[in-house]
Amino acid sequence: MAKEKETKRPMPAVSVWAPAVALGWLVPGAGHLLLKKTGRGVLLLLAVTGMFLSGLMMRGAMFQPQTGDLLTTLINTGGFVGDLGSGLLYLLSVWLGYNQPDMAGHVHDYGTKFLVTAGLLNVLAMVDAFEIAAGRKS
Amino acid sequence: MPKMNLTHFEAAVLFSLFTSVVLGVVTKQNDRDRLHYGVYVFICFVVALFGLGWLMYFGHG
Repeated sequence: MAKEKETKRPMPAVSVWAPAVALGWLVPGAGHLLLKKTGRGVLLLLAVTGMFLSGLMMRGAMFQPQTGDLLTTLINTGGFVGDLGSGLLYLLSVWLGYNQPDMAGHVHDYGTKFLVTAGLLNVLAMVDAFEIAAGRKS
Repeated sequence: MPKMNLTHFEAAVLFSLFTSVVLGVVTKQNDRDRLHYGVYVFICFVVALFGLGWLMYFGHG
């Protein structure tokens, strides 16, 4: 079996990447903007915010962490973590009372998925911001 | 807050569009590859959408 050569890169100092990652969590794309990657930052901002707002306008439900059987825990806690990934968008919408109860219907169902996916896409954007800040990516 | 009423198809295409943009932006190393990958992912989503749609249509009987 061919063994791939792996170079172990040292973890950069927290002060190098934390501001970009934290800002990227709070405002989607802002980590890239802070790192002077304007085009990518604006695209991420538009895509993640567009996804989140579409989810809200479809009256999607937001998850609350729940425990119980494995599936309930996985869906609700996982969904909550996904929702939380949108940062300020999630915090503001909960604070302003835009979180909807779970309702039947395909549009609401899509809305719930849009809200969770917006957070998960923002997590990808945060990882990208980390790699740029750490000098692993241009 | 205005309400959005979309069909399954419209919602899935909108989902594909946003997801493709983010995957294109975060995945590749230069702008040309990012654009190509974003378009490729979007096309894959749409092809899968039609494929699964027909599969469900025939599976439903």
